[in-house]
Amino acid sequence: MKFAVVVFPGTWSERDCHHALTTVLGQQAEYVWHGDRDLSGFDAVVLPGGFSYGDYLRCGAIARFSPVMDAVIDFAEAGKPVIGICNGFQVLCEAGVLPGVLIRNEHLEFRCSMTNLRVENADTAFTHLAAKGQVLRVPVSHGEGNYQADRETIDQLEASGRIVFRYSTPDGEITPQANPNGSAANIAGIINERGNVLGMMPHPERACETLLGSEDGNVIFRSMFTAASKVAAPTA
Amino acid sequence: MPVTQETLDEIALSRAEYEAIVDRLGREPQPLELGLFGALWSEHCGYKHTKPLLRLLPGKSDRLLVAPGAENAGVVDIGDGLAVAMKIESHNHPSAVEPHEGAATGVGGIVRDIFAMGARPIALMNSLRFGPPSEPHNRFLLHGVVGGISAYGNCIGIPNVGGEVVFDPSYSGNPLVNAMCVGLIEDGRVVSATARAPGDLLFLVGADTGRDGIHGASGLASRVFVEEAEMRSAVQVGNPFLEKVLIEACLEAIKLPGVVGMQDLGAAGLTSAAIEMAERSGMGLRMDILKVPRREEGMTPYEVMLSESQERMLLAVTPGHEDAVRRLFEKWDLDATVIGEFETGGSVRIFDGDAQVTETPIAVLTEAPEYPFNPPKPDWLSRLQDADLSQIPVPTRSPATIFLELLASPNIASKLSVFRQYDHQVQNNTVVPPGGDAAVLRLKGTKRAIAMSTDCNGRICYLDPFIGSAISVAEACRNLACVGAEPLALTDGLNFGNPEKPDVQYQLTESINGIKAAAEMFGIPVVSGNASLYNESRGRAIYPTPIIGALGLLDDATRHATIAFKNEGDALVLLGAESPWDDVAGLAGSELLALTHGRVEGQPALDLELERSVQAVCRSAIRSGLVSSAHDCSDGGLAVAVAESAIAGGIGAVVHGPEPERWDAALFGERQSRIILSLPKENLVEVERLASERSVPFAEMGSVGGNRLQFGDMLDVPLEQAADAWHNGFDRATSI
Repeated sequence: MKFAVVVFPGTWSERDCHHALTTVLGQQAEYVWHGDRDLSGFDAVVLPGGFSYGDYLRCGAIARFSPVMDAVIDFAEAGKPVIGICNGFQVLCEAGVLPGVLIRNEHLEFRCSMTNLRVENADTAFTHLAAKGQVLRVPVSHGEGNYQADRETIDQLEASGRIVFRYSTPDGEITPQANPNGSAANIAGIINERGNVLGMMPHPERACETLLGSEDGNVIFRSMFTAASKVAAPTA
Repeated sequence: MPVTQETLDEIALSRAEYEAIVDRLGREPQPLELGLFGALWSEHCGYKHTKPLLRLLPGKSDRLLVAPGAENAGVVDIGDGLAVAMKIESHNHPSAVEPHEGAATGVGGIVRDIFAMGARPIALMNSLRFGPPSEPHNRFLLHGVVGGISAYGNCIGIPNVGGEVVFDPSYSGNPLVNAMCVGLIEDGRVVSATARAPGDLLFLVGADTGRDGIHGASGLASRVFVEEAEMRSAVQVGNPFLEKVLIEACLEAIKLPGVVGMQDLGAAGLTSAAIEMAERSGMGLRMDILKVPRREEGMTPYEVMLSESQERMLLAVTPGHEDAVRRLFEKWDLDATVIGEFETGGSVRIFDGDAQVTETPIAVLTEAPEYPFNPPKPDWLSRLQDADLSQIPVPTRSPATIFLELLASPNIASKLSVFRQYDHQVQNNTVVPPGGDAAVLRLKGTKRAIAMSTDCNGRICYLDPFIGSAISVAEACRNLACVGAEPLALTDGLNFGNPEKPDVQYQLTESINGIKAAAEMFGIPVVSGNASLYNESRGRAIYPTPIIGALGLLDDATRHATIAFKNEGDALVLLGAESPWDDVAGLAGSELLALTHGRVEGQPALDLELERSVQAVCRSAIRSGLVSSAHDCSDGGLAVAVAESAIAGGIGAVVHGPEPERWDAALFGERQSRIILSLPKENLVEVERLASERSVPFAEMGSVGGNRLQFGDMLDVPLEQAADAWHNGFDRATSI
């Protein structure tokens, strides 16, 4: 599978994503500059982490106006897989591709630490190789990862199985202590209605080798390039 | 017209220095020239008081690719076609005045030093010192500094892999903020901060120039300052986003044909950067400051030349390649402007449009006077060293109470609440994260890894600047040994008081000689560094604090050790002593003496040969895969070190030994050159053999297991209680 790894000015996870996808997982990946408008030839898009445009104004608020975002939205509307990680998740929310917002962490500090993610829906293009209820060790690194949306939206996400990951204890319990940023319902990652766009705050590309502490993130990328087309979209 | 005292004070030049300038120029300097001299002859840029001493430091190694001091940072060859650039730098005075921006721009500055060498910055560390957190102002400084490092460092995508946070009354109101950066050169090309030939163009790239930071070098960094609020405008304001794109753009630019040199703008801005670049190139320079893009209108040539606006770099470009350079920076939405041209001759000529403002011989500008000194040892120091520690009463409170107090003291307690505010994983290399003895980063595409550590015990350096500074080197290297790394190179951040005072001169002299002695014993060079003098507040100098950054190499990234105990039933071994219990001499300058007796005294000691052997044994045991954990004994002594390994691993320990002399010294003495190993029992014989081969004292002192921490008959505490004290001590002491 050939991944487009989008680079905005201020992005810093692009090399990590590239490393995980190519060196570790043996896939193809190419950087796509934010000023480009062409994503033809790619099978999947990664919006990596970082501080696009310094995250001035609001996280992702300026990046969503980059020329490449029109192409990303077309790509998503064509049903092809898009994963937004950390700042990429923030950009997707700002662009309206995913619902909700990511606001400042409840404790007002930047937080870089290992988190445990319980897989809430193992029937997606990003998790079908994992088991429902499985706990993945994947680190977070953000100052603004506190996912919030209005009640109705949260209820809809819950009802339609679009909450893909929740912060949990190592045993898979959903507790306030396991929540690193104050996100509503411990939400760590969600998908769009069609099921082809995932946004998540934790960094699966940092959990790709045991030497670095975890390789649990690989299941997400592997799910993307392993028989991804056979996965059914969740019912809305 | 003779210059006024007021003008001289503003730029921190003495009357004698002014007269020396007149003498060497053969005329009175013009106002702009005087500003150039003020900056370049400042302590910060000119190293007036430290240059003769710094020449003593060992600067030779087969691995060295750049001579120390010759460029913006030291560069060491690490094989496999890779080289590492490293440097530590201080931003103490700006951080005292405006902690958030001061610390943030400190990070920005050291990062520019590293990528100026053509190296991609791959890791940062911060070594921080504050006054006691019981004082609100010190807490304000702590949170401001950590917040600034977090805000700036996280945005630029360089992992911050730890460092130190230390509190002592000596730093009240004068915090130390030292940042170390390490960068990787993958294509074998070290970039020099030079032009190649007359006619080469001088490009200014990055941020516009504003009025921020004027007199930062001469005013803030080169004298004692009294009124902090007054100096706030001398602190620069950072833009980490701009820094991030500048890093990427510059690392791309050096691959362009025609880009022959690169230099960062730091203290004293364009003045220091451009003139030093010309000096290094052995050429003259013509600059037109009207071409410098400005942030505000009405700036004078003086302000433009002395502005310390952040996120700016200089490039030397062969004529004919301008368009490609401009196009590249345009892609990153950055300005790239030709502001001058290198030329034959030895003068810097500054133009404001068509009008020449100054023409000054570069050699005169860059040859700051040197002030060598040979001060006597102060009497008060002999008295402190001669204190009879055996007269110190054994604490009346129980060993358990003292133990828990030490674990909870902000100097010893876990710094997780600081480190988790730093992104320590970005770039996907961090094998051992902050909180261990040293950080370990794997080198992609190889089996190998680098390790890095910063260390300094100011109290010990105060009691004996020579031995204390040697101990700083020893501890930094011991930290490397504890992860299994071989030390390759050092960088030193020298933080001292006012060098015009004899006591501080004595400390400087002894300290640098101590660093030299230890570095020579380890056979490694000091490849770069920085001196921050005039650190004092309320009329008293800070403790002499030579912060040592050490870089090490592991041949096999998977063969590293961490401090955490791993297995129930592992044997506990002490390298470097025959008994686990220290004696009263180990209380010299210890945390225990400071915390429970409020005393800083005694004669610190170090046996450098023993130190080197202990480290070698530890390293080879780790590399042979014999050990489960390794941790050095430092602040708080053996009991604290065992507790830290136990807490990290979630397993208790039992330590036994002969009848101790006195429990306080036995448990909490801080004798040097000791490393605690835990290892499977079947490996005991082999590790003992490694130790005896090098005549290293060795004590089999107990085992890992259970959920208590037991030390002979002296101390028996539930692990959970120790963990609570250690985990929460820092937050309890420093919450706002």
